This record gives sequence, structure tokens and C-alpha cells, in this order.
Amino acid sequence: MKLLFEKSIENRRTHYLSACDVPDVELPIKRKTPLGLPQLSETDVTRHYSELESNTFGINDGFYPLGSCTMKYNPKINDKISGLPGFTDIHPLQPQSTVQGLFEALDTAGQYLSEITGMYAMSFQPAAGAHGELASLMMFKKYFEERGETDRVKVIVPDSAHGTNPATVHMCGMKIINLPSNADGCIDLDQLRAVVGPDTAGIMLTNPNTLGIFEEDILEITKIVHNAGGLCYYDGANLNAIAGIMRPGEMGFDCIHLNLHKTFSTPHGGGGPGSGAIGCKEFLYKYLPGPQIVKEGDSYSFKDYEGSIGQILAFYGNTLISLRALAFIMAYGKDGLPIMSKHAVLNANYMKHRLSERFEIFNKGLCMHEFVITMEREAKGSNFTAKDMAKAILDEGMMAPTMYFPLIVKEALMVEPTETEGKETLDRVIDTYISIYDKVMKENTLAGQFPKNTIIGRPDEVGAARNPIVRYSNPNNI
Amino acid sequence: MAYLLNTDKQVQEMLDTVGMSSLNELYSHMPKELMIDGLDIPAALGEIDILRNFQNFADKNKVFTSIFRGAGAYRHYIPAVVPEMANKERFKTAYTPYQAEVSQGTLQSIFEFQTMICEITGMDVSNASVYDGGSAAAEAVAMCRDRKKRRAYISAGVNPLVQATVKTYSWSYNAPIEILPQTSEGLVDTEALANIDQKDVAAVLIQQPNYYGLIEDVPKIVEVAHSKGIKVIVSVNPIAAALLPSAGECGADVAVGEGQPLGLPLGFGGPYLGFMACKKSLLRAIPGRIVGETTDDQGRRAYVLTLQAREQHIRRETAGSNVCSNQALCAITASVYMAAVGPRGMEDVAKQCYNKAHYLANKLQEAGFKLRYSVPFFHEFVTESPVDTAKLMAHLERHGLLGGLPLNDGGILWCATEMNTKTEMDTLVDLCKEVN
Repeated sequence: MKLLFEKSIENRRTHYLSACDVPDVELPIKRKTPLGLPQLSETDVTRHYSELESNTFGINDGFYPLGSCTMKYNPKINDKISGLPGFTDIHPLQPQSTVQGLFEALDTAGQYLSEITGMYAMSFQPAAGAHGELASLMMFKKYFEERGETDRVKVIVPDSAHGTNPATVHMCGMKIINLPSNADGCIDLDQLRAVVGPDTAGIMLTNPNTLGIFEEDILEITKIVHNAGGLCYYDGANLNAIAGIMRPGEMGFDCIHLNLHKTFSTPHGGGGPGSGAIGCKEFLYKYLPGPQIVKEGDSYSFKDYEGSIGQILAFYGNTLISLRALAFIMAYGKDGLPIMSKHAVLNANYMKHRLSERFEIFNKGLCMHEFVITMEREAKGSNFTAKDMAKAILDEGMMAPTMYFPLIVKEALMVEPTETEGKETLDRVIDTYISIYDKVMKENTLAGQFPKNTIIGRPDEVGAARNPIVRYSNPNNI
Repeated sequence: MAYLLNTDKQVQEMLDTVGMSSLNELYSHMPKELMIDGLDIPAALGEIDILRNFQNFADKNKVFTSIFRGAGAYRHYIPAVVPEMANKERFKTAYTPYQAEVSQGTLQSIFEFQTMICEITGMDVSNASVYDGGSAAAEAVAMCRDRKKRRAYISAGVNPLVQATVKTYSWSYNAPIEILPQTSEGLVDTEALANIDQKDVAAVLIQQPNYYGLIEDVPKIVEVAHSKGIKVIVSVNPIAAALLPSAGECGADVAVGEGQPLGLPLGFGGPYLGFMACKKSLLRAIPGRIVGETTDDQGRRAYVLTLQAREQHIRRETAGSNVCSNQALCAITASVYMAAVGPRGMEDVAKQCYNKAHYLANKLQEAGFKLRYSVPFFHEFVTESPVDTAKLMAHLERHGLLGGLPLNDGGILWCATEMNTKTEMDTLVDLCKEVN
């Protein structure tokens, strides 16, 4: 379809302002290059975005099993409550006495999430998961700086970790110790014991891990790190299996981040905005980023702590997103959250069990909220890769699983159905996966052939990177 | 319960299939001592009460009908079409467009966003957005550093909250950061810039218009900085950029900024939209997602996430940044705003902001407020107050007006936009006169 710029017609516009009601004043300097934005009517704009929307696969277009991404249903009420003018139309620098309701809501959300995770307090300043990771590691850095333990610069990251983990360590000026997983995809305790020492700052871990496997030795793992003087950080990307069932704080973690856009259902927005709330134990509280919301008597205020790592955003965070997470917790309540997690785990195990009739599954025992298919056998035998399978799935009107992650499983397809799918959908999806598989194995000539039914075929990604075209250029201006 | 689908009967069928007798058996391999015995949070609420609770929270916040405060967050008119288009269900609920074949809508809209940001900033390359203007500035400083040059300067005229964000990131990277002083006129001290004798300075971060609303001489700053091998990062207000010379036109290397004025509500500071754009030579240094144009297997135009070899999920610890999410939905919102308002409309908005701020400054001066700086300003300006600032603000608040931002040094930072009518400004000034 055409770009906005290709639909532009000189002098076409919609007026949104009235004539200026104060005298005109001349600017001292002006830009020389004209502002090359498209010139359109509101009709053009609405048609354009309606067409773009139809070329987008949303959560209600079909099954969306992206492993590690937790693509669950986004309740409509959450959009409604976060859109109330009492939240959308308040200035971040208006007097704190005039935003008491917002502070109360965030404080309530903080209390609930602390209870769910076993932490002392939460901060909603981080804007996304990776931002929460960064804030957490900065807190570790600050903690060791204050204790004069500046030699503690090594952070242990398992090789199954999200890519953001090692990148975060780098941004904190620390060094990564890459810990190879054992054959089951879990932490090898002997290897861990061998790498910890007086230079250990901590460990970054998600549990269940990125393979959907629960680290059963978790108490021993955090103990080994603590005994070496290090701290333990929990990557909360995978909380959806254990919310209301176990607490990361009780596993021995000192600091966590939560992707509120995963477990707590805030919309992904095509890549953001998310919210990467972080929580910590009491001894790390003063290091949290930005100001903290504190309650004294009946009123709330922002309080700056001496030890804080400081601002990590200009203002307080993705507040309108964080509010949605509170509404979500209210909808499930104390008894509902553990059932939510159990349904997520049951759905994953049901799919894993039935798919294992055809596919090779990396997870040997029970999985948690997700599991990993490996297409290594088919890639070698029939040249039919994980990517081929994913693209064939797209043709069936459903989103493909996460491809080629975690890195330690060859030809990986990571499936996370979430709790917001019914058995009848899972059965249909499983039948579809199996029928694709059988067809491919029978015909044996379908590698590289999918997708066929999507609005574009496979794009040339190599060409895109080799000759980058990252903006539209008007051919008439060159 | 809440948003679950499977009935008890379906749960039983599924348990039978996997060979289990109860949901708890799914956790049978976990350490028993970790299993918790219930959460101490309230019981589930129906939607009707969730709404009541939030309406109650919202009612305890004060929505000012008339706002004269900016300082990094600006109240502009948001055409009705903007949220209507941007919040379409698929845009709102889709994942990051990794599967390009079913994500052309998100991808094309980001490609269009990148182009618009390049037009606003006069740059060659834009990323798909980062968290906000503060983190965009921090990421820009990081992208300008290399092994030899790790030091950076921030102009004292940059928004203090942005300065604070850049300082946090720089401390984290173990990279030195210093403040470039301002002249008594409130502008970047180019002599101090010329006198920097350190050899390890990678970049200087300035803001246009600066925190005090003043219009900086960007070409002059660029000339001095470049003569010393220092890159220039300009944090620009995208509305002001519709009229002022673009960062690219002034010779800057990187342009960043807060995109909130482009159709995003105040929302107590977030979610907002950090934009980042640069010269072509820095294409492989810019962090964050980038959408590129390519063709599909039948030669049709297509869009993909590109240059991913820069990013954390490929390069892991050698990536320049850990940034993963962008603010895609906010970027679409800004794109719809720019597309609907258009170039002439953006110029009108900017011009009305400029005219109204000048009208307000004149009226306040007539009422006894003294302008602190005499150089040209855009839509924000600083006055000294002839009366007690706290008393003045309280008086305005009682009448539903949010006055300018009281600065730590006794000054007041005022802002006017197209939202402030002449009547409203006259009322403000009359109210100011009542305080003594």
C-alpha cells in the first residue's frame, strides 16, 4: 500500500485551530528547509490507518503463542480506567496535593505486587522490562559502591537468558560471566560454585527459566550467590506460571522486575509502551530510582532518598500503563491469581503433551507456562526449519511461536499459550500444527515455501540490512 | 473467573489427557517450602466495582482547566482523530513486529514515523523511538562515546530532569559527565565550550529551545564544538521545530527529544515518546529498533525490522544498549497527529504557541512581573515574581488555574500554548494582580 507521503497533495489540510486571538509576533529566526510532512485531509488519514490496521495481527485475530512474551487477552476495562480524565489530564509537575488519587492507586498497586512477589516495595519508574533490569543492576552497583566493595563487578548470566540481561550488565560497566546450562537446560550447581567469588556482584535469573523449566535448586542457587557476597536479581518476564503460588522473594531474590505487559495483561502496543516495575527487599529500598511514593498520615507525597540511583526517565514512568495492571489484579483477587497461573501451566502442558505425538519437545518433564519445540531433526532430515514451520503457521491465520529462542536449543519454537485460551482453541491449533507437519513430511519439498496467504511473502532481510532504506525520500526532491 | 475460559469440565478433560488428577499436581516437583498459602490481597472485584474504585482514585486528582506550566510536559490540542486511529485494537494489542508477513501495518506506520522525525529534525536516520526524552538524551550521549572519548558535557540549559537521567546512565557506564555553564543571558556559554581543554570529550548535549524557553544559537555552538572534535546532540521540542531551524540544518550530529507534544496526553508523565535521529554516518551507532524498506519474494515493497545486528538480542553484551521495547503505540499516536495536522497545521500550532507566550509575557510585565532574560524565547519564559510565589500559586489553584513552575531560585517558568485563550490569559493576569 502507499505511504502517507505518496498520498500527499499540495495544499490539502484539515483545520483544527481557530484564528489566533492575540497579536502576531515575528520570529527572529526560521527554518530554511520546508517541513516535509504529508498534506492530507482527515478522510485520507482515517482511511490510511484503517488499512494499516487491517495489515496488523492483533491479539484478537487469533492464537498468539509467543513464548516468553505472554500474549494474553487485554481486558477492555483496563483501557477505560486508564483513560479517565482524572489520570490523562494531570501534569507531572502539578502540586503533589492535587494528585493524591494517583498516588493512592500506585501505592495500592505497589502493595499488591509486593505481596505477590515477596518484596518490600515497588517502583513504577522503569518504562519496560529492560529498563527495570537496568535499574535493578544499577541498584546493585550503588549498593556495592556504598559498601566500598567496588571489586564486585562480575554478574553471572545463564546462557539461556534473555539478550537484555548481558546487555544490561554491560551498561552498568560490569562484566558478564556466561554460565552454560546443564543438559536439562538448568543451572549447573557445580559450575555456579566454581564461578562465584569476591568479585561476584550477583546473578540474573528468570524462574521458571526461558525454557519454561522451574529451577528446582533455586534455594541452593541463591544461597551460593549470597554466601559469596553477591545479590540475586529476578527477571520477572516469566511470572505468569507462579503468580500467587510462589514468591521470588522467598526463593532468595533481592530485587525483581515485572513486565506488567506480560503477566498483568497491559497491551503490548506493537512493541510498547510497557511498564517494567521493579521491587526490592528492604535493605535495597533507598536505592530505588527516582522519588518514592510515601504515605504519612492520610496524605501521599514523593520522597527523594539519599542513596537513590537517581532518575532513569525524566518523569515518573508509564503511569497510564501501570494503572491497568492494578485493575487486572483487582479482577482476579486473592483466590483468582493462583488459578490464573495454574490454567496457564495446564494449557502449556496440554499442548506439549499432545504435540509430542509428532514434534520433538526439549522439555522432558512437566513444563511451566511455556515449552520449547526443537525442529533440529526435521531441519537436518528434510531441510524443514523452525522458520519454515513458523511461516506455515502464519498461513493458517494464527501467530507463530517465538523462533530461535532460547539460543541454547537448536531450531527452537517456543510456545506459550497463556490462560486466556480455551481447550477448543488449543485442540484446533494442535490439529493444525500436526496437519502442517504431516503434509510437510509427506511432500518433503515445502522448505522455504511458506507463507503463501499473507499480504507479503518472505521479505529480503539481508538486502534490507545491506542497503538500509530507513526513511521515505520524495523522488521529486532528489 | 475473571478472564479464564476453561470450564471445570474442560480442565478435567485436559488433566486426564496429561495424566494428572488435580491442578496442584502441576506443581508437584517444586520445593514444598516455597508454596504459599494464599495471598493477602482483597478478593476479586467485578468490573462494575473496578470502575468505581478507579473513578474514586481519579476524582481525588485535580484536573486544571487552564494550564500555564510546561517544563518538559505540554498541554496541546489533540484532534479527536488522533486517539481514535492510534488506539485501534490491532495497533494496541499486537506484539513487536518480528513476523513481518503479518505485521506490515505496525512496520509501515513506524517507517512513516521515522520519516516524519527525520523531517522535523533535519536528520537522515531515526529509530523507532525509545522510552522518553530523558532516556533518549542518555542513549544519545552513550552512542557518541568511543573508547578514547568517554566524557560528555550537558548544558546547564537542559531540562534538569533530563540532566538527572543522563547523569544516572553515565554514572552507570563509569563515564564522566560535566556541566557546561550558561551565560548571564541564559544561553550556552560558547566561550566556556571553546575553552574545554580535555581531549576525551565525545559530545555536548544542548536543548532548543532551552529549559528557560530561550532560543539557542545552535549553529554557533556546533561550530565551536566541531572545531574541537566534539559531537553535538540537540534535544528539540518538536512543536518549536516546525518553525525553528532544524537540528540537521544547524549542523548537529544527533537530535533527540520528547515527543509528548505530538498528540499524547499529559498523563502524569507517561507513557511518553523519546525520539532519536542522527546523521547517516552514525546509522550503525544509533540504538533501538529501526524499520527498513525491502522487497518480498515476489518483488513487492515490504517493511522489516532491520540492522538488528546492533541490538541486544543478537549482540548481547557487546550491544550499545539494552533497549528492547520502543514506545510503538506512542509513535503511531505522534504519526497520526503529524499526518492529520500536517505541515501547515504544525506551523500554525507553533506560531500560536509563540504569539500567546509573547502576549502573556507582555501582560505579566504590565502586572509587575520582570522578565529574567532579554534574549528571544519560544513558548516558555522566566519571570521574577513581585509577590510570594507560593501564595500566588495557591491563589491561582483556588481558581482552577495551574500557574508557571516555581523554580528553586525564586523565578517562575511560564508556558503558553494554543490551548490558552486570550480570555484565559487575561484572567490569569487579573488573578496575579489580586495577590500582594
